[in-house]
Amino acid sequence: MIVFDRVSKRYANGREALVNVSFNIHNGEMVFLTGRSGAGKSTVLKLIALLERPTRGAVLVNGRNTQTLKSRHIAAFRRRVGVVFQDHKLLADRPVYDNVALPLAVAATPLKEIDKRVRAALDQVGLLGRERALPLELSVGEQQRVGIARAVVSKPPLLIADEPTGNLDPDLSIEVMRLFRRFQDVGVTVVIASHDHHLVREFGQRVIVLENGQVHGDAADSLPSVVATR
Amino acid sequence: MSLGVAGGWHMQALLGSLGRLARSPFATALTLLVIALALALPAALRLFVINAQAASGNFANAVDVSVYLKTDVPLAKAQQLAQAAMARHDVATVTLIPADQGLEDFRRYSGFGDALAALKDNPLPHVLHVRPRAEDSSAAALESLRRYFGAWPEVDLVQVDSQWVMRFNAILEVLRRLLMIAAALLGVGVLAVIGNTVRLEIAGRRAEIEVTKLVGGSNAFVRRPFLYAGVLYGLGGALLAWGIIATIVAVLGEPVASLARLYGSRYVLQGLPREEVGILVGAGALLGWLGAWVSAARHLRSIEPRA
Repeated sequence: MIVFDRVSKRYANGREALVNVSFNIHNGEMVFLTGRSGAGKSTVLKLIALLERPTRGAVLVNGRNTQTLKSRHIAAFRRRVGVVFQDHKLLADRPVYDNVALPLAVAATPLKEIDKRVRAALDQVGLLGRERALPLELSVGEQQRVGIARAVVSKPPLLIADEPTGNLDPDLSIEVMRLFRRFQDVGVTVVIASHDHHLVREFGQRVIVLENGQVHGDAADSLPSVVATR
Repeated sequence: MSLGVAGGWHMQALLGSLGRLARSPFATALTLLVIALALALPAALRLFVINAQAASGNFANAVDVSVYLKTDVPLAKAQQLAQAAMARHDVATVTLIPADQGLEDFRRYSGFGDALAALKDNPLPHVLHVRPRAEDSSAAALESLRRYFGAWPEVDLVQVDSQWVMRFNAILEVLRRLLMIAAALLGVGVLAVIGNTVRLEIAGRRAEIEVTKLVGGSNAFVRRPFLYAGVLYGLGGALLAWGIIATIVAVLGEPVASLARLYGSRYVLQGLPREEVGILVGAGALLGWLGAWVSAARHLRSIEPRA
């Protein structure tokens, strides 16, 4: 599903965000990326969502090499990756319904189909009935869930999230993480960047630890095989 | 994607653009007004050319060619020549004015009656008044008639009142060129206005464009509402320009008709022909689309999602 092969990323300002990073993430896996701020978590996610391209090395996502993907194929590529942001990037002047429908609209989905799937996605995040609300009329946790609904509404095989619980209190954080795991349960590959060690540990999934732009530990096998919170 | 679905989404984009224009009526009205004035100016010039042409066409019908025969040409020969002139396909009527009648007319109308009485002989020649057919009244046709009669050995002088027709047509030609230049310049102006309006709109919707690209919106998808907005601006401006022209025609119609009556003409001001209104509206829509496209291509590319 995702292959990082000796990937380095240097930004235009000269900052080396990633140095020689390699890892594989398999279909249907749920993986946490942890590490301090600036360790390179966000860069990894940007490379997966094709918001950036690697300086060296190769990033393969859904079987596509992001380095060689032509510009005109980027839109189609992004439609197969659901992205959740810490600041959820909702359109403040559009109701919840329009925000969630956007990924379907850009794919020219028939309106009837959109209606069905937007409701289904909102139902999954527990916001059915709030279609007409504007994002700012919702609580922070609800806004984050709208962002998640938008990320999954087009049923992408891959879901990535950058600090999705960064603005949430512990209870809400757990709720949001559980939501992600429900998507993993139905076969979606989920990659979550989070610096919240407690939360990550609690979910007992594979953890890739980044430090100074390098993989410091990949705890795929070192975790207890029985995950208590399941 | 089926055609129906695509049509539905195009309709959605169109309605969205329409809605956004309607939501800021003042700004939209100002933009439309600027576009309308830029389009109305060449259209008004065109209106002027059309009417000048039509009016001069009316006058040209009254143009005569006066063929003065030499004084020694006898009346019988003059009658023969009148017959020959009549045989030309581009001649409508030929009136022979014999020298005696000419002198009589001159005596009656000139006020020199007494002075003329002192003359022993009639100094006037026989004259043929040749009236060309309406479709052969152009300056060039008159000129060819003048040469034709001028070549006859019996002819002393051919006078064509075509000088002013030629001058007038030359002026019209200048105006026509001016019209083209004005249309080209103002067309570029319309492009710039629409391009700039679309640029501002793109800047104002930057966040939305970023998010749309982030969830997989193609450049074509992102561009679509702006292209529709451009076409709507161009179309609206052109229709408004048409309204301005129609108003001009309505306001000037009566005074022009009065003026024409004073000159004994029943000329009425003509509006833009239907096909030229079509050209105006089509040009407006095309300029709108083009301006929006150029602007969108330039400014949308630079907007890429950031995480």
